[in-house]
Amino acid sequence: MNSFTFRRADAPDTAVEALAHDHAAKLLGGGTNLIDLMKQGVEQPTALIDINPLPLAEITPLPGGGLRLGATARNSDTAAHPEVRAQYPMLAQAILAGASAQLRNMATDAGNLLQRTRCYYFYDPAYLACNKRKPGSGCAAITGFNRIHAILGASPECIATNPSDMAVALAALEPTVRVRGPKGERHIHFADFHRLPGKTPEIDTNLRADELILSIDLPRSSYAAHSHYLKVRDRASYAFALVSVAAALDLDGTTIRSARLALGGVAHKPWRAEAAEKSLKGKPATADSFRAAAELALAGAQTYKDNAFKVPMAKQAIVRALTVAAGEQA
Amino acid sequence: MSAAAIGEPLTRVDGRAKVTGAAKYAAEFEVPHAAHAVMVTSTVASGRITRMDTTAAERSPGVVTIMTPANAPRLPNNGRAAVNPPAGRVLQLLQDAEVHYNNQPIAVVVAETLNQALLAAALIDVRYQSTPPKLDFQAGFPAAHVGKNKIPSMLSEGDVAQGFAAAEVTVEQIYTTPKQNHNPMEPHGTIASWDGELLTLHDATQYIFGVKQTVAKTLGIPEDNVRVLCPYTGGGFGSKGSTWSHVVLAAMAAKVAKRPVKLVLERPQMFGPVGGRPETYQHIVLGAKRDGTLTAIRHDCYSHVSTVEDFVEPSSSQTRMLYAAPVITTSQKLVSLNVGTPTFQRAPGEATGTFALEIAMDELAVALNMDPVALRLKNYAEADPTSHKPFSSKHLRECYEQGAGRFGWSKRNPAPRSHREGNLLIGYGMATATYPANRSESQAAVRFEPNGRVTVLSGTQDLGTGTYTIMAQVAAAKLGLPITLVDAKLGDTRQPQGPVSGGSQTAASVTPAVQAAAEQAVLKLVTLEISNPGSPFYGALPEELDFKEGKLLRRSAPASGIPFTEIVGRNGGAAVEAKASAKPSQDVEEYSQHSWGAVFAEVAVDESLGMPHVRRLTAVYDVGTLLNEKTGKSQLIGGLVWAQSLALEEETHIDPTTGRPVNNNLAEYHMPVNLDIGALDVSALGTPDKNFEPLGGRGIGEIGITGASAAIANAIYHATGKRFRDAPITPDKLLA
Repeated sequence: MNSFTFRRADAPDTAVEALAHDHAAKLLGGGTNLIDLMKQGVEQPTALIDINPLPLAEITPLPGGGLRLGATARNSDTAAHPEVRAQYPMLAQAILAGASAQLRNMATDAGNLLQRTRCYYFYDPAYLACNKRKPGSGCAAITGFNRIHAILGASPECIATNPSDMAVALAALEPTVRVRGPKGERHIHFADFHRLPGKTPEIDTNLRADELILSIDLPRSSYAAHSHYLKVRDRASYAFALVSVAAALDLDGTTIRSARLALGGVAHKPWRAEAAEKSLKGKPATADSFRAAAELALAGAQTYKDNAFKVPMAKQAIVRALTVAAGEQA
Repeated sequence: MSAAAIGEPLTRVDGRAKVTGAAKYAAEFEVPHAAHAVMVTSTVASGRITRMDTTAAERSPGVVTIMTPANAPRLPNNGRAAVNPPAGRVLQLLQDAEVHYNNQPIAVVVAETLNQALLAAALIDVRYQSTPPKLDFQAGFPAAHVGKNKIPSMLSEGDVAQGFAAAEVTVEQIYTTPKQNHNPMEPHGTIASWDGELLTLHDATQYIFGVKQTVAKTLGIPEDNVRVLCPYTGGGFGSKGSTWSHVVLAAMAAKVAKRPVKLVLERPQMFGPVGGRPETYQHIVLGAKRDGTLTAIRHDCYSHVSTVEDFVEPSSSQTRMLYAAPVITTSQKLVSLNVGTPTFQRAPGEATGTFALEIAMDELAVALNMDPVALRLKNYAEADPTSHKPFSSKHLRECYEQGAGRFGWSKRNPAPRSHREGNLLIGYGMATATYPANRSESQAAVRFEPNGRVTVLSGTQDLGTGTYTIMAQVAAAKLGLPITLVDAKLGDTRQPQGPVSGGSQTAASVTPAVQAAAEQAVLKLVTLEISNPGSPFYGALPEELDFKEGKLLRRSAPASGIPFTEIVGRNGGAAVEAKASAKPSQDVEEYSQHSWGAVFAEVAVDESLGMPHVRRLTAVYDVGTLLNEKTGKSQLIGGLVWAQSLALEEETHIDPTTGRPVNNNLAEYHMPVNLDIGALDVSALGTPDKNFEPLGGRGIGEIGITGASAAIANAIYHATGKRFRDAPITPDKLLA
């Protein structure tokens, strides 16, 4: 691990100032991903600014409904929060499906959004080719072992996947991410927060290097009664999603008023399946409707040597998640 | 407290030390002035190092020394120690610039702190002349070669052609198992310190005397100059049975640095330089009569090896003794690849072999429309079908009966896909478990201490298995003492020599020596007393005396007992100690020695998501006497967890271009978590095998991983109607 300076931020502004001052500085939340990457030599910040002392750990109701998740609220506390469980049960399910209890106890909500994408070849600097680690060096994963890699929205430069479960549920819940930079606050729509790799896979999010996340603001939801987070994985805990689905329905009897659908384990960002959502609108909540939506969601899928299974797996997981969300016995 | 008894489920004596952190593992010893070493490993799989620039690394803060192929001390015979496995291997000791596999040790950086060593290591610039690595296992079959092993490469019993010609039903399939790495919780680590010509090693090992011998021979120094200490081993599973490169490198680095050096492998370095289970490809043909009688069995195996050394994963072993077929033909062939040398991994051979053979038997049962248990009973081997020796003891029939009863096997509807619960398909499967009973010569000592306690010593290892506990328990039982009065000591080459803790043999080897030493120590008390005029036993004949509950007494007058502390005091006050050795008697050669078991599995499969869940495993074992029911069952349970891991989760993936293990961390090298494990019902018959060893106990460390993986695969077949022959059966394969 490279040497770095360490300081505790005492106010959001001082954290932002420190970032503006030193572009190689990083904010430290739970450290559950950053420290791993520093040990691997993938991240080499010159300074760590500990934001845990900041008063950003609260989960508070927003005026007019909705809920504000403070940046440094722990994943475990968020999943256990009564308002999260009541209004956004899918979010609690997603958080609890992620990582291990120990990691969730440390990991912060903002930090969860800033996890780097998961790829063996990115994490191990012994591989010379990784456009994310070293822009222009190539992608070892495309010709390598790519069972865990992306099937949607990838580019020839990068086929890594976002590893978060929480972010998949958030993608379906449409929060905004409130951030502070040197020029003050701004709000980023969740759909615009994470990026597809394109030609710049080294940049995972649209958060600027000198910005601090203050909170994740969830709007009031009409999906609490009919939602489900489903994670398909190699083992029952402490495994990244092969495919995951956040599915939510707003039902009028058995007719779908509106739907939300997001996928994990399939793309460089939490993947919102908007065309599939639209197709469900006004349809009966039946297996046929769900299957048609699943087809649409995976329409643009492109697979590689070891991950073709993700397409049927994702389709079937979508049908299952929607079925459970609709309230039928799984 | 009453005297300890054999079999009693005593809680492990070192449990408290372990959970409180008081138990010190090899790398946790604080050796004054120790420097920290980091092993640098290759990033290509084949070729040679053309240049290694250490300029920047040498200038890095805190660096003590950097050892490379250019400056490493030259070793006698280029570092080849002429010690055969398990202790000795072909090591990579910086004696040349050749690279044989990705992640091979190529340099050692020593610095004042671990982080300084890591930072300097990252600054070394290595250039290679790389050649295309051999990585394709199956492409190597035409050029496969025969390796050296206990088992000849090819064995045939009976007339093979006739055997298959007599068959009315034939099953012929290919079964495969993947590369695996042991990944014990404690990574390998060594602290080497020299005092003049004397070398002390704190080493994480399954074989302290093997380390002593191998390191001495490799360095060309007398064995007596090396002391190895390992009071606790944080799991080994075979990877710590051999002395690997880092142990010798630590000793070399300490010599160069002129101070003690600590070298601990990083988790990614556990994939390659310290062995692993090779990939297997197994072709099985079963021929049978319509009534289920086997007429012939063929089992041809390929497994991979490195380019530097052969190691046979003998997957066909159990095929040679498990079923009473008149014709049995087996073969083992090896394919050289540019990967780290494979080695013993929990039940080498039987773990992978029973996965294949026991699925094949299930396929035969399906083809014959016969109950899988009935098929196995039909072909029950009353004697070893290829060595033709009687078994030392075999109660497998009872295992099937009790296992089936406990599990509720009779409720099984034999039709696949016949049991559904919502989205889940439920299946029942079973298989036979077996593993050889091994035992080696071992020494132990028993000491009557002046303070009234008894010390039992043996230079063996406790891998987390309970060796401390059973040593104390067996000594206490022999002497009629409570276990709380007995202290067990192990893990030091200054103690009487014990064998490698491999092949499930520690308990069966060490405890007879403990018993013998206890007898000798009592005899010593007797001898002292009958020749001491100050003793009430002066002049007595040895056979007139007995030792009970810590007292020496006259058989004719049980109330005459004198505590051993008094005897110790009367005879100079120094502890009274005796050492003894025990080895298998000559007549064990008359028997075929194996343990047995029957495993039943219930698996629920969500086939549209590809997710399996093993709801329960019922296993009944015939492993002879269980020395301690609690620690014994724990080992069997651990074995079952490993079997589930083999069946459903575990696999080392190799990058197809560079030969580098890609999932080289515990987040992505999957083995079961608690949530994966269902109800485990484990029992042992407890029938002593006195033909094997005096207490009648056979080893239990490995049998748990055998058979059970096939039982799970067979349950998945029964659930889904689909046959899976390639481990691990992961969601991508299972998805319907």
